[in-house]
Amino acid sequence: MERNKLFRDLRTSLIIAAWFSFLLFPLLVMKVSVTSGAALVRFRWERLPGIAVAAFALSFAWRRALEWNEARGDKPSGAGPIAALTARARSALAVKPIRLSVSAVLLAVVAVYPFALGMYHTNIMITALIYVILALGLNIVVGLGGLLNLGYAAFFAVGAYTYGLLWKYAGPAFVAAGVDPGWLFWIALPTAGVLAAVFGALLSLPVLRLRGDYLAIITLAFGEIVRMVLQNSGAVTGGATGISLIPRPWFFGLRLPPRQAATYIYYIAVALVALTVFVVRRIEDSRVGRALEAMREDEIACEAMGVDLVRNKLVTFSLGAFWAGIAGVLLAAQTTYINPDSFTLWESITVLMAVVIGGTGSIPGAIGGALLLKLLPEYFRPLAQYRMLIYGIAMILVIIFKPDGLFPRNRKKYTFEGAPSEGGASPAADGQEARR
Amino acid sequence: MSATDPILEIDRLSMIFGGLRAIDDVSLHIREGEICALIGPNGAGKTTIFNCITGVYRPTEGRVTIRRGSGQREAIQGLKPNVINRKGLARTFQNIRLFGNMTVLENVMIGRHNALAAGVLRAIARDAATRDEEERLIDDCRRILVKMRLDPFINETARNLPYGAQRRLEIARALATDPFLLLLDEPVAGMNPHETKELEETINLIRDEEKVTILLIEHDMSLVMNVSERIYVLDYGRLIAEGTPDEIKGNPEVIKAYLGE
Ligand SMILES: Nc1ncnc2c1ncn2[C@@H]1O[C@H](COP(=O)(O)OP(=O)(O)OP(=O)(O)O)[C@@H](O)[C@H]1O
Ligand SMILES: [Mg+2]
Repeated sequence: MERNKLFRDLRTSLIIAAWFSFLLFPLLVMKVSVTSGAALVRFRWERLPGIAVAAFALSFAWRRALEWNEARGDKPSGAGPIAALTARARSALAVKPIRLSVSAVLLAVVAVYPFALGMYHTNIMITALIYVILALGLNIVVGLGGLLNLGYAAFFAVGAYTYGLLWKYAGPAFVAAGVDPGWLFWIALPTAGVLAAVFGALLSLPVLRLRGDYLAIITLAFGEIVRMVLQNSGAVTGGATGISLIPRPWFFGLRLPPRQAATYIYYIAVALVALTVFVVRRIEDSRVGRALEAMREDEIACEAMGVDLVRNKLVTFSLGAFWAGIAGVLLAAQTTYINPDSFTLWESITVLMAVVIGGTGSIPGAIGGALLLKLLPEYFRPLAQYRMLIYGIAMILVIIFKPDGLFPRNRKKYTFEGAPSEGGASPAADGQEARR
Repeated sequence: MSATDPILEIDRLSMIFGGLRAIDDVSLHIREGEICALIGPNGAGKTTIFNCITGVYRPTEGRVTIRRGSGQREAIQGLKPNVINRKGLARTFQNIRLFGNMTVLENVMIGRHNALAAGVLRAIARDAATRDEEERLIDDCRRILVKMRLDPFINETARNLPYGAQRRLEIARALATDPFLLLLDEPVAGMNPHETKELEETINLIRDEEKVTILLIEHDMSLVMNVSERIYVLDYGRLIAEGTPDEIKGNPEVIKAYLGE
């Protein structure tokens, strides 16, 4: 039985190797060179064995991996070194002194990061943190609410342009009045969040009855429309050239040199990430968050249990958009220059990939996914041109072998002592939190 | 308005899908504290009636009215499912529709969505009132789960429950919405005889202790005959008989419909 399977895999892989050699023959083996008007075909036969062997090995490994995955069955969180390791880590973190010291170390690393590594790395980290906020926000929509949103970059744009336009139109007045224009950042931050949330609510109206593919298409169109509007209303938004010389955030009236400004923005970004995590966690573990999840699981049952779906979807889109708006202001402040090209469909898709690879519906997942997707290409520059290819392969691998993502959510569990009280008001239930 | 004034009344209800009359001029009523059954061959339109009552479908013709306590009679046809649920009608689904990736406790918590008030801002602030509310919620849900003998599974993911427990969880979730009328769509489908017997007791318990009126759809005739006080029989969307279990057993029309004469 087992040998039969092995034999079949070997045979299929051989066939595939032959087929690939045939398919890639004109591309990798044949080379046409045109010299003095005559085309000359050169055959690079030495390449053929390499193609065949690679195709065979890849195909065989892939088949074996799929079989292993299937044999593993429904319990991906079973045994295995990684699962054992996470379980060990989790139980260690449950001990208070360990948890405190780990947090302290983490905090220290985050605090000294810009001083230890300099401006270049600080700027990369700021970009990554902006994506962490985006991923956490999109995670509300896709992970909790289960609504696919491919136009998420539009809210990012709304945030960035709120700051940009505020600078462009209110900035001169600030300067004339002798007020530091850096103040604008702090005005733009809440304004952009609220404005993006309003846009989110607007988008939720036409998509109320849509799910799946249709929802994806409409949100995608929405994202493109917003970008097109920004690009084509040149008189207001500066069109394709965008808005430049956006001021950095105010810091006690000091005009910071770029290096210190980056450090400052870095700390603002860290604080905003912390705020986002705090808020999203609270929402997730509340009446509102549970209703969002129920909607993701089954809309019909959710509605039959008395949950208002219209309101739910409005809340989902607005909450998600709010954080994109915040992230947008941060982006404008960091780069001091924005144009519509920063808010293409690819931006939405990258954030979505971060959420899926990290773990849909998981806060550590959104953070980890965004950091991975933004930091790895920066530090493996030579691979940067294959970025999309690598992302794609990573997506496929994660979806097949680890559908919960790299950092899946650990559900809240409750422990109880004694029988439930009959009176109702007694807090016999002790909501023990085990989620991290 | 006497005590026997029905709490649910369906008046000349019709539901047409394209050319198909799935429900054809059906009238029925349920009085407070009753256990009624709705039976009929496959495709008779039983689930469609549930869907018309609970707002999943808007009936083509006819009225559905309810009366709560000593209140006024009000029409509910065409309202949205969540609005109808808030008025005190809760249901289960024939093809189980649990929130599969959520825990058993969380499933029941969703049932109590409207018993709670915290919105987004209060969820973020998590003030004393909100924490209190959550504590009471967990306590309430736990009591319901104990009643449905689901407390061993409390932290289990709903999708991983045994089949019978999934059906019971659907009932628990519906009960959490504080209904006065519970609509059960084939509650024992797929259960073994032992589980069926247990559920029969549970149904009686819900009626006697929770004071919830029950309308159930069921193919298991022994369950239907044991628990229900009145039975409605549906065939091809039309009501062909109504009466006590004994009357229905002897009704030639019903026998004909079931034997497919
Ligand atoms: N949404 C719909 N669109 C079109 N036809 C429908 C729809 N819902 C139900 N029907 C049809 O209405 C008829 C009654 O269906 P219904 O599900 O109510 O039957 P049922 O009595 O619950 O049967 P069962 O015992 O098999 O559950 C069937 O012929 C079905 O195909
Ligand atoms: Mg049915």
